[in-house]
Amino acid sequence: MNFSLRWSILLGLIAMVSCNKEITQRNMQFAALNPDKIDTSAGNWKPVLLTSATEFACDLPIAVSSADYKLQLLEIKSRQANMTEADEAALKYWSAGTVLRWNEILRELVAKYNLPPYQNPDGTYPIPSSTNPLAYPYFPFANPPYAARAYAYVSAAQYDALVAAYHYKGFYRRSRPSAVDNTIKELVPVVKDYAYPSEEAVVAGAAFAMMSMLFPGEQDYLQEKLSECIDTRILAGANVRSEVEAGVKLGKSVAAKFVSRARTDRAGKAIGTPADWTKLESDAIARGETPWISQESPKRPPMLPLFGRTIGFLMDTTEVITNRPPAPPSTGSAEFAKELDEVLWYSQNPTRERMRIVHFWGDGAGTYTPPGHWNAIACEDFVNMRFSEVRWARNLALLNMAMFDAAICCWDAKYAYFNPRPSQVNNKIKTLTGLPNFPAYTSGHSTFSGAAATILGHVNPGRAADYMSMADEASKSRLYGAIHYRSDIEIGMSMGKTVGSKAVDRAKTDGAD
Amino acid sequence: MRKLAGFLTFSICVSLSAQTESDALFMAKRNLCGGFMYGNTSWNHYWEGTFYRNNANIGSFKSNSVMAMANYGIGNGLNVIASAAWVDNRVTAGTLIGQKGVQDLNLFLKKELWAKDIKGFNSSLVAVGGVSAPLTNYVADYLPISIGMRSKTASIRLLGDVQKEHWYGTASAMYTRRSNVTIDRNAYYTTEMVYSNQVAMPDVFSYNVRLGWRDGPDKYFEILADRINTLGGFDMRKNDMPFLSNNMDAFRLGINVKYPAPALKGLSVMATGMQTLSGRNMGKATTFMAGLVYQTEIKKGEKK
Repeated sequence: MNFSLRWSILLGLIAMVSCNKEITQRNMQFAALNPDKIDTSAGNWKPVLLTSATEFACDLPIAVSSADYKLQLLEIKSRQANMTEADEAALKYWSAGTVLRWNEILRELVAKYNLPPYQNPDGTYPIPSSTNPLAYPYFPFANPPYAARAYAYVSAAQYDALVAAYHYKGFYRRSRPSAVDNTIKELVPVVKDYAYPSEEAVVAGAAFAMMSMLFPGEQDYLQEKLSECIDTRILAGANVRSEVEAGVKLGKSVAAKFVSRARTDRAGKAIGTPADWTKLESDAIARGETPWISQESPKRPPMLPLFGRTIGFLMDTTEVITNRPPAPPSTGSAEFAKELDEVLWYSQNPTRERMRIVHFWGDGAGTYTPPGHWNAIACEDFVNMRFSEVRWARNLALLNMAMFDAAICCWDAKYAYFNPRPSQVNNKIKTLTGLPNFPAYTSGHSTFSGAAATILGHVNPGRAADYMSMADEASKSRLYGAIHYRSDIEIGMSMGKTVGSKAVDRAKTDGAD
Repeated sequence: MRKLAGFLTFSICVSLSAQTESDALFMAKRNLCGGFMYGNTSWNHYWEGTFYRNNANIGSFKSNSVMAMANYGIGNGLNVIASAAWVDNRVTAGTLIGQKGVQDLNLFLKKELWAKDIKGFNSSLVAVGGVSAPLTNYVADYLPISIGMRSKTASIRLLGDVQKEHWYGTASAMYTRRSNVTIDRNAYYTTEMVYSNQVAMPDVFSYNVRLGWRDGPDKYFEILADRINTLGGFDMRKNDMPFLSNNMDAFRLGINVKYPAPALKGLSVMATGMQTLSGRNMGKATTFMAGLVYQTEIKKGEKK
């Protein structure tokens, strides 16, 4: 081997191994939250479930002159003097915003649990059990309706907890540690208002309690995140320990009210029984329609057929039924045949750009679902809007309550009409993405997106047109993917906008606008 | 929905390569060998992590490919090899649509480092450097049906060969560096959420061993065993779709044959059969390939 060849091989190897593969993640680039408005009056904003901001008590804080408080100041100094690399990483991570980070944690858990159970040897499917969440099939199966509900409860609980917290902050008027002792350094931007109870700890406590109910197998993980989150407030010099402890306690108390509501909102029964599943089919046949049939093998029961009866936050069941869209084209009609042909055309004529759209908005099994996608979109914009934590929580609560109610309305329509997917009726229709295991009308993506774009356009009017065009693309992606008819996406979109406008109505009167 | 596009990418690099980048045979200076190979790969069971299963929503995975390849002798003991394939992947059950198109361009530079006759054993050492890149804008994030993985790669293979009369043995090991891949989504879950459209691909280590009989570069029969192993990557979750950066391993056994066609001097027939015996996040694939290659000498100054 000659000398230069030997060296070129060696250099080639070094170049191969040393080139950096690290990925720059968008959410790791977020700057520390530094709100441009403090929202000191948020204690008067309208809560979702609380009867008043004082429904749950928050005890009198210890005096700043007490020995105990002084010890807690010393704790800050000692932690700051002994910062580890892990401490600094945690500080930087959580400084971007507490509501934001817990929303990301929730999206991650949704993606982790969003997988349909594997079949039993006899071709039936096991049902996840909340009392045994870590035995396969893991509880929950965080499918889109489950996810929409989870995002709504966590966001709304955080919002109500913060309304209470802002009330108590204004009531106790406890100065920040750095204002009590000017030798305390603040290592992140700290809002110049009151420190008791710690609003970040309130958010964390509420998120922890709500998510422990929704993802019962993740208690250890959530506890770890809770501890890290509140610890960074002490490291940052923003709060003393008693302020974060009071915050966690208040957040957990408020969340307990949401947990009780979630246990009785009928979602737990949404899976239905074999008798319910058979009746849906026989009712459709009795109406003279081709009923939906699972295209999975072995045939899987339809996803959460009774979810349309779940009690949402913006609409009651009567309203859901009153707002139900008219029936889709009858499976025997010429109009249906025409829509079916259009789906076949999209299946047989995919372009690279339409495939990109289908995959970008796919949000299928194993992902954070379409509501998760809209949370990601919202959060990336909110970061630039410099909201206070309470406004962050309020806006995400509006977004997620809208999508939760959109899921209820959409699932109500799906099982009222129980119509077949295009591939069921014409087996020449191949799909560009996974075929969801529930009826077609209306499109979930379209309903979620119409609702999300409507409320986000209200919260961030400068981007209203962008949100609407994103929603339009998300909606069309389902036709391009050959899994939905045009009526599914158009009616879904318009139903979503109607639900979104209910969230806008609430936004106009909650005291925050 | 399962994995094999990865498998295809690997197989194109590994098993199509009889008399190409993973053997010790060289085209003489100014000799050109070019040809086409048809390939068929199928499986109906796969490993989801380590769990061996079938999937009635996939049925069987079927891949057909046509690969064009050329091998040119730049000098004695120095060859350049190029190949590219058109691939058609589909599944026989469920609703998912198939994918087809032109996949990646593979280029290799192959150099004989050392050769010596030691007591009747003809021994040689060979180094092969390779690069590959996608030729078209195909969709990668649709495994197992996507036709490739879109990663740009750089590889280095070291190979040793010993021949005694007509019998020979070859062993080689290859390290493949894989670039990040850009996908159509801007967030995805592996074992955690990743908010990026970039996927970090684990590198690949593979080795193979061949034993056979040969008579010149155009007539041989060999059996081979190869092992492909991604260095890192994660397991598919139960009932999940496969993903580009999964941990993909496979152990395969196969045969390669090359024989001169009597019809025309310089024309040879090649055939390959490979069977996956064990794996991880891969299909238990059976592959057949057959093709024709034609070898000729490019005379200096012939063209002008």
